[in-house]
Amino acid sequence: MKISKEEVLHVADLAHLELTDAEMETLRTQLDAILNYVDKLKQLDVTGVEPMAQVLHAGAGPEATLRDDSVRPSNVAGSILEQASGSKKPYFRVPRIIER
Amino acid sequence: MNAASHWNINSIRKALETKQISARELTTEFYSRIEERNPELNAFLTLSPERAFAQADRIDGMRSRSENLPPLAGVPMAIKDVISTRGVRTTCGSKILEHYIPPYDATAVENLERAGAILLGKTNCDEFAMGSSNENSAYGPVRNPLAPDRVPGGSSGGSAAAVAAGLAVGALGTDTGGSIRQPGALCGIPAMMPTYGRVSRYGLIAFASSLDRIGPFAKTVRDVASILGVIAGSDKNDATSAAVEKADYAAEIEKSVSGTRIGIPKEYFSEGMDAEVRQHVEAGIKRFETLGCRIVELRMPHTDYAIATYYIVATAEASSNLARFDGVRYGLRVESGTLREMYKKTRGKGFGPEVKRRIMLGTYALSSGYYDAYYLRAQKVRALIARDFAEAFEKVDAIVTPTSPSPAFRIGERADDPLKMYLADIYTVTGSLAGVPGISVPCGATREGLPVGLQILGPHFAEARVLQLANAFEEDRALAA
Repeated sequence: MKISKEEVLHVADLAHLELTDAEMETLRTQLDAILNYVDKLKQLDVTGVEPMAQVLHAGAGPEATLRDDSVRPSNVAGSILEQASGSKKPYFRVPRIIER
Repeated sequence: MNAASHWNINSIRKALETKQISARELTTEFYSRIEERNPELNAFLTLSPERAFAQADRIDGMRSRSENLPPLAGVPMAIKDVISTRGVRTTCGSKILEHYIPPYDATAVENLERAGAILLGKTNCDEFAMGSSNENSAYGPVRNPLAPDRVPGGSSGGSAAAVAAGLAVGALGTDTGGSIRQPGALCGIPAMMPTYGRVSRYGLIAFASSLDRIGPFAKTVRDVASILGVIAGSDKNDATSAAVEKADYAAEIEKSVSGTRIGIPKEYFSEGMDAEVRQHVEAGIKRFETLGCRIVELRMPHTDYAIATYYIVATAEASSNLARFDGVRYGLRVESGTLREMYKKTRGKGFGPEVKRRIMLGTYALSSGYYDAYYLRAQKVRALIARDFAEAFEKVDAIVTPTSPSPAFRIGERADDPLKMYLADIYTVTGSLAGVPGISVPCGATREGLPVGLQILGPHFAEARVLQLANAFEEDRALAA
């Protein structure tokens, strides 16, 4: 067994996901199968291989695409706040996080 | 097959210029087709007639003033619902964004409209583009227009089905591990994933940022090339877009492919492939030979590790990208006494099973104690896969493989086995990981009439060459038929 129920609970907590008991058990079985499959990566010798962190081809930049970090006008605050549940201009609102 | 399907970019242009039809009439024609077919196919989630008719009237105004028409004037198009459209609901196929209305347009959408395209609406897809069958949409599966009991492929299933059924002349999809090419293959139309960086992703709601790409579907390779020509290019709003000159793809596709060296990687023709798919793809390779291409056998030794690599890299990035959906700024909010409870309940209720599964896998792969064993190792294997491609392209100009190991499968057939579903991407994830461009072109149909796709991959930014090969292949098939 690659992943225990406790680990699934821990990961769900890290990911801020509320899961039902049934979801938890299904996920445990499925993640277990996927992790077993993914284990094939361990067969390869990757000594001295640099991890591929940049996908943009060397011929493309990325320096070619960087722009000046300059301030530009933006008038979208209103329409952005309209999308937020319970917002009150100019704030997003969340449950209280500081004890008085 | 249907009244709307004879339209292509060229015939629309001619009909508009010779006043055979107005852009408004054309738009009306497509909406009536959608009204007729969409209840069955479920390809569109949201229609945008106000925006479409306003654009049609602009085009008709230009016609009445005898102005030059822009390249996609009057072309009815569909946009995958992970791409932002100002004022038009964008759900990502998820309940968590059921009522989300973006305050801005994606650059690709802006470019299409500037080129005269008419945006009919937003197409169904797997939730947050996670899936290979479109069954992971919170709004129900899309049906394959050629076989309604079967999937259209995914995740851009709605875009592929809309074009294949003649409900749109072109469509945008997104491809992270095969999500443009595979539904293109399963629905029998050309579908292209451009080079990483070729098309701006500004306004694309991110799934896996080192993999996601926007690309076109159409009925012909020529139309795919024309749409790519409009959406390609660097963008100040996307630092991952490349400042590499684009070609006039629609003009370039005419060039001869004789003498092109085509690599056939042995690893893509091992077990696990449907016999009829194999037969059609092998016949396709012979066709390239008759077109004067030179066939070169290749080895790409890390191919077998691509699915495992992909499902670590993509889910790790997804777990991070999807952290933003927490009920605070947009989308669903499940009220709760504490902030943390609000996050957890909102996400627990708003996300579907596949999205949860991938967030869990990605969070696990990035978590303390597992990062080196999973994420870092996958990044290293990714470098080896990219190296396979770099070495191959020293010997050949393009690589030809099947697009999908099987034709369209039945709705529900694989729904309970996520790993089996992931293996549907076996031939497409490699090009995604390497960042190279690829297209799927139809290469035949099974005895049951299900389309088979052939994939052509090229070096970075060699879209013109990939399109030339695809066009020559398509023309030769049409001649033979």
